[in-house]
Amino acid sequence: MLAIEIENLKKTYKGGLNALKGINLTVPDGGFFGLLGPNGAGKSTTIGIICSLIQKTSGTCNIFGHNIDTELEEAKRHLGVVPQEFNFNIFEKCIQTVINQAGYYGVPAHIAEKRANQLFKDLGLWEKRNTIAHALSGGMKRRLMIARALVHQPRLLILDEPTAGVDISLRRHMWEFLEQQNRNGLTIILTTHYLEEAEQLCKNIAIIDKGNIIENDSTPELLKKLKSETVCLTPETPLPNNFQLDGFKSRIASDGDLEVELSSDISITELLATLNALGIVVSRMSNKANRLEELFLRLVEGPSNA
Amino acid sequence: MLKIQLVGLITLVRKETTRIFRIWSQTILPPVITTTLYFLVFGNFIGNRIGELDGVSYMQFIVPGLIMMGILVNSFMNVVSTVFSAKFMRQIEEVLVSPMANSVILLGYASGGIIRGCIVGVAIAIISLLFEPLQIQHPVLVAVTIILTATLFSLLGFLNALFARKFDDITIIPTFVLTPLTYLGGVFYSISLLPDFWKKVSLFNPILYLINLFRYGFLGISDVPIARSLIGLLVLTIAVWFIVLSLLKKGKGLRN
Ligand SMILES: Nc1ncnc2c1ncn2[C@@H]1O[C@H](COP(=O)(O)OP(=O)(O)OP(=O)(O)O)[C@@H](O)[C@H]1O
Ligand SMILES: [Mg+2]
Repeated sequence: MLAIEIENLKKTYKGGLNALKGINLTVPDGGFFGLLGPNGAGKSTTIGIICSLIQKTSGTCNIFGHNIDTELEEAKRHLGVVPQEFNFNIFEKCIQTVINQAGYYGVPAHIAEKRANQLFKDLGLWEKRNTIAHALSGGMKRRLMIARALVHQPRLLILDEPTAGVDISLRRHMWEFLEQQNRNGLTIILTTHYLEEAEQLCKNIAIIDKGNIIENDSTPELLKKLKSETVCLTPETPLPNNFQLDGFKSRIASDGDLEVELSSDISITELLATLNALGIVVSRMSNKANRLEELFLRLVEGPSNA
Repeated sequence: MLKIQLVGLITLVRKETTRIFRIWSQTILPPVITTTLYFLVFGNFIGNRIGELDGVSYMQFIVPGLIMMGILVNSFMNVVSTVFSAKFMRQIEEVLVSPMANSVILLGYASGGIIRGCIVGVAIAIISLLFEPLQIQHPVLVAVTIILTATLFSLLGFLNALFARKFDDITIIPTFVLTPLTYLGGVFYSISLLPDFWKKVSLFNPILYLINLFRYGFLGISDVPIARSLIGLLVLTIAVWFIVLSLLKKGKGLRN
């Protein structure tokens, strides 16, 4: 069973901005999925469409097999959302916000109150349960939204930048909390700017940029790709077009250069030694900038440097 | 799914009702004070000099219209302001992401307006008793008219909130449409007293029919046909319900 199945999803905002240019995504039940991308990539747009706050232009989206066009209410039943921007009533008591939200999902108040109390304890908000939401700090507000999203016991939790504005120790605590929930069977999707965060938590990561998914893989595979670089070698004597360098990912470019992908665990010396052993003389060597690398540079600056 | 909708509706209605009572000095007190002043000034001081109108005292004549004015303005204001501020502060997203059906969301928010309209109406009626006894000739008609009017104007308030982009947009209709139409709809006079031309013009004012329907329920007198007014009110209420519902489905004003 797939928690989320998105096909060819497009969104053009009024004014003509193409925020999503036909993305495909699947998230398995029980998965922990990261949507990683820079500002304006289309992360929040994607999430907005899944939870029906934004109307898609075309494409399909299923939540646990329920199509959002034909079975919207059924689809939304299993969903909990933590939006990027605060959207609770700031004049209401925290506990009331959570109990009301439970009501909208059909959970009666007396059950909701028990669950809310437990969530407040787990999230370290217990002392604040009767405080007006207005008087919470930014990090507390975000945790309030997490409690609110979980009170109806959804099967899928979507978090849009849950750790924005949250300090390091609290972030660790939040990560542990989410990992625990995931181990208990909750499917989680989160968006983030930080590779470090996605790397730490997610089993699968998709990278989105300018409305396109440019990578979507398991976390270890993706990291390998991200941390590899491509070097262009100009051989003194041209190599045949179908030349393959044994033990490396390589190809011959149109200008005759040999392009080799180097993952971080292979050194240049090793590459040169291999070429030397084959009797290939290299006259020039350069680094090829690729789109992923460029993006990586923007993302790799993790929360600690931001 | 039915249970979800029901619990959702109860939650929303309870939240809206709590709000009305929590800020009663903004929701219930102002119309009660204004109307008391009307009773005092027009009904008592001036009314005594006017004498009878259509066979009843002037005070008795203006009571139904003032109750009606309280109901329609307050129903409208309640819904337009809660829905617009929920939209402006984004709390409405809490409801929009939930599995609640659009019809239940609409009913939930409208119920706040209906309840406030009814409370204000009853409060004004009670105040009027301090000045003169109230006769109710057709209680069922009065009850039906109250509920339909409160519903209609709550739905119109919702409609206004969908289109509003800034806070100014929610005061335009009450100030420039509802209040003038109510004053010109025969709250303080019978249109039979007007010159022919203005009498004809007045017949284009929909609120005239509501006020007369209501006055007929209380006093048994009306300037316009009763059955037609009642059917018109009913049809209009149903039509506005479906219009708002279809806009909600399209996401107008709430979902990008
Ligand atoms: N309501 C809107 N109307 C018009 N354009 C919008 C709207 N919301 C978002 N956009 C545009 O759509 C693009 C994608 O925005 P989105 O919010 O999905 O990005 P994001 O990946 O969540 O970025 P961030 O990391 O900054 O939150 C941006 O170019 C943004 O300007
Ligand atoms: Mg965003």
